[in-house]
Amino acid sequence: MKVTLQHLTKTYPSRNKKQPQEVVAVNDFTFEIPDGKLIGLLGPSGCGKSTTLNLLSGLQKPTGGRIFFGDDDVTDLPPEHRGVGLVFQNYALYPHLTVKQNITFPLENRKGKDKLTRQQMSDMALEAAKLVQIDTLMDRKPSELSGGQQQRVAIARALVKMPRVLLLDEPLSNLDARLRLQTREEIRRIQRSTGITTVFVTHDQEEAMSISDLIVVMKDGVVQQTGRPQEVYDSPANLFVAKFLGNPPINVFDGSVKGQVLYIGEEAVLEVPGVEDQSVTAAVRPEGFVLSDTGALTCSLTGVEVMGRDISVISTHPNSRNAAIRSIIAAENAVRDAETVRFDLKKNKVFLFRREDGARILF
Amino acid sequence: MDYEKIERSAARRARAGKAVTYFLLTLWAIAVLFPFYWMVLTSVKSYGAYNSEWVPQLYTLSPTLQNYSDAFTQVPLGGYFLNTIVFTVATTAMMLVVTVLAAFAFARLNFRGRDLAFTLFLSLMMIPSELVVITNFVTITNWNLRNTFLGLILPSVTSVFYIYLLKENFAQIPDELYYAAKVDGTSDLKYLLKVMIPICRPTIITITILKVIECWNSYIWPRLITDDQAYFLVSNGIQEIRENGFGRENIPAMMAAVVVISLPLIVLFLIFRKKIMAGVSRGGVKG
Amino acid sequence: MEKNNPKGWLYLLPAAAFLGFFLVYPLLDVFVYSLEEGYNFASQTYWGVGSYNYAYVLHDPYFLQALKNTFILVIITVPLSTGLALLISLGLSSIGKLRELYQTVYFLPYVTNTLAVGLVFMILFKQTPYTDGLANLILSRFGLGPVDFIGGPYWAKMFVLCFYTVWVVMPFKILILTGALASVDQTYYNAAKVDGTGRLRTFTRITLPMISPSLFYLVITGFIGAFKAYSDAVALFGTDLNAAGMNTIVGYIYDMLYGDSGGYPSYASAAAMLLFAIVLTITCINLLVSKKHVHY
Repeated sequence: MKVTLQHLTKTYPSRNKKQPQEVVAVNDFTFEIPDGKLIGLLGPSGCGKSTTLNLLSGLQKPTGGRIFFGDDDVTDLPPEHRGVGLVFQNYALYPHLTVKQNITFPLENRKGKDKLTRQQMSDMALEAAKLVQIDTLMDRKPSELSGGQQQRVAIARALVKMPRVLLLDEPLSNLDARLRLQTREEIRRIQRSTGITTVFVTHDQEEAMSISDLIVVMKDGVVQQTGRPQEVYDSPANLFVAKFLGNPPINVFDGSVKGQVLYIGEEAVLEVPGVEDQSVTAAVRPEGFVLSDTGALTCSLTGVEVMGRDISVISTHPNSRNAAIRSIIAAENAVRDAETVRFDLKKNKVFLFRREDGARILF
Repeated sequence: MDYEKIERSAARRARAGKAVTYFLLTLWAIAVLFPFYWMVLTSVKSYGAYNSEWVPQLYTLSPTLQNYSDAFTQVPLGGYFLNTIVFTVATTAMMLVVTVLAAFAFARLNFRGRDLAFTLFLSLMMIPSELVVITNFVTITNWNLRNTFLGLILPSVTSVFYIYLLKENFAQIPDELYYAAKVDGTSDLKYLLKVMIPICRPTIITITILKVIECWNSYIWPRLITDDQAYFLVSNGIQEIRENGFGRENIPAMMAAVVVISLPLIVLFLIFRKKIMAGVSRGGVKG
Repeated sequence: MEKNNPKGWLYLLPAAAFLGFFLVYPLLDVFVYSLEEGYNFASQTYWGVGSYNYAYVLHDPYFLQALKNTFILVIITVPLSTGLALLISLGLSSIGKLRELYQTVYFLPYVTNTLAVGLVFMILFKQTPYTDGLANLILSRFGLGPVDFIGGPYWAKMFVLCFYTVWVVMPFKILILTGALASVDQTYYNAAKVDGTGRLRTFTRITLPMISPSLFYLVITGFIGAFKAYSDAVALFGTDLNAAGMNTIVGYIYDMLYGDSGGYPSYASAAAMLLFAIVLTITCINLLVSKKHVHY
């Protein structure tokens, strides 16, 4: 099922009576989700991603714009008629019902000619349970399950009614680190095998990048960038996206361009053909530094962290906006015990942004 | 699927549901408020006007305060009122001292047998007051404390539930504070007064208010233990007014007395609404 | 830290003294009283030990009347008030605006003096030589009446008593149930909505199980409270409840103890023990039922 969002907008009336200003949760969101893809909605908390999910599920009504599932305009349709499956952050499993009862719950709501027999419901529940590999736990209560198992039950409950669209709200945030890794692979596998168009919301960029076909980065209700994860990482549209994606985070410097050369402080660090003279913000990915005795950028060394495969060189620079500059270097390079360290920069790992609004300057 | 039809019927059902909800809620609100309105209304109708109304009037155009002065002059309402204040203040004050000390002992002090004592305490919550009132009646009578404030107050002082409530609150204060105070040479009593009570002020205020309500409305014990009008509280006072006051059936004056009796608690409630409701929902049961 | 601080007992002393004297000792004593036959209050003597007091109470027509009244009151008011409170709480939790106002209004009866407001109910329902009262005015609109609800037929008096009792106990029940409803996680309802669960089904399959602990708490305390009904009846029918035929078990106990027919603490004790036994039995039954049906 293709999902289309057209100029989707959601505003809330202001709670503060003295400042009758509307709060814009989602602003003019236009996007087309191709059929059968997994979409990660990504952004810091309060960016409007959860609101977008609620608009898709129908739990909230947009103040403007339309939503289409395929060719159906579902904008004003109440949630029960949309055919969406929703997995909540806290799973929302009914504590007084068994796993099986939880999974069959949505099926029991069908009325009239859609009504199912007990046997049919039982079969469908088992099928969904097998898909998420919890078919041996059918008679347990949610309180007797681990966090990961509860998560699977929630997914099974959302899948059992064969939704047109599957929505996941921060599905991994309640799991510990190891389970998170495992479960996200699981979600990817289930999505692939069912082919259901899936939207999931997360604030964890690594999570979104690792399993999404497409990611949508949001901030303050406005979509910043959409695209395949690697594309967005390799070519961020603005400073916010550059800073939001990547771990360790990107290193940001105050710089300037003079005669098509980027200067950080007094040092000319990179040729930037075609860029006019101006003050810029330069951002360098941690893997964009190359250790070199004759390097263009000189930083004060504060420490080295050995991580096995790589080493992480930590340094400072007066023009750096980060408290510490973190660069990832292959472990073969030995860092000499000295007060300063010098780097050359890889051109495709350096991004320039306008100082005033953070928009990308291509070169 | 006809989307538009679904949309419209959903919207219509939501509106109709809202309307029915508000209607029912308002109906009960009227059921609650009407007796209060009737009480105030009747209290400002003159005796003559009230008795000439074969069909009760829902409003009056000539309100009078005569009934209020009658209530204070023809029957000893002022005395009942004063008695209730004395009784309420004294009982609540004693309850606070006893409760704070006991809660402190249970929550903070380590002594042998504490946990056993606390379990016994809790089990006392199950004793119905109807059972013990009989012996208390005999005890107070034998002590010749009938028709005295002491007789009224003593059996009303303690409440296991309030001790429990305060103990739970005291127990939330981190131990480190106590140890720090001990290192500084603070005595237990000083620690209680200077640290624990200020920290737990909200709970103490809550139990104070609940006790005040309880005292103000108490009826059974005062009725049993006093037959001298000079010691009547408002509850048995109003009952006395109903049965023997005003000579003849002076309903407007009676309602004036009812208004006077009800007003203090309603004012208290409107001021401490949130506290009272939170306190009651934590376990206060009327009666 | 010292492990044993005997000073603790000192702090406990006032509470222990009060409770011991006015709660524990009376509890034991009332049992003794109930077994002392022919106890004379003036001379404080008795002539035997046995179950005569119980037999007397159980054969006393006034006690049987009180028993009947109390049971009728319990059976009518507990389900009615709990159901009504649930309905109102559901309504309250579904509205946004005016919610606090309604909640405040609904709580008012809790803080009012039962005796005082009972008088208002009395004049609303009482038929006097001067007026039929407001209740009868409304009844006459439907071509019914007039009935004296305070001094008239038994069913009418019972109706007023039940009505007033429900009015008095509603605030507590509404308060507890709105609290319980508010504590149900909203996401359960969202989940149900997305799955197309109808309102009734959402209520019976989700809301009801989730608030069942509070509901059973209310039923249990409701039973206990209704079995101890007394003040409400006094407020409506005056202190001589036996004459009005509207006495309750607790009223019987107090009348035996003190009042026009009083002076018999042994009979009062026996009646109190009987009441205690009834309440205990009902509570145990309630707890057994709740074990089966309440989801924690």
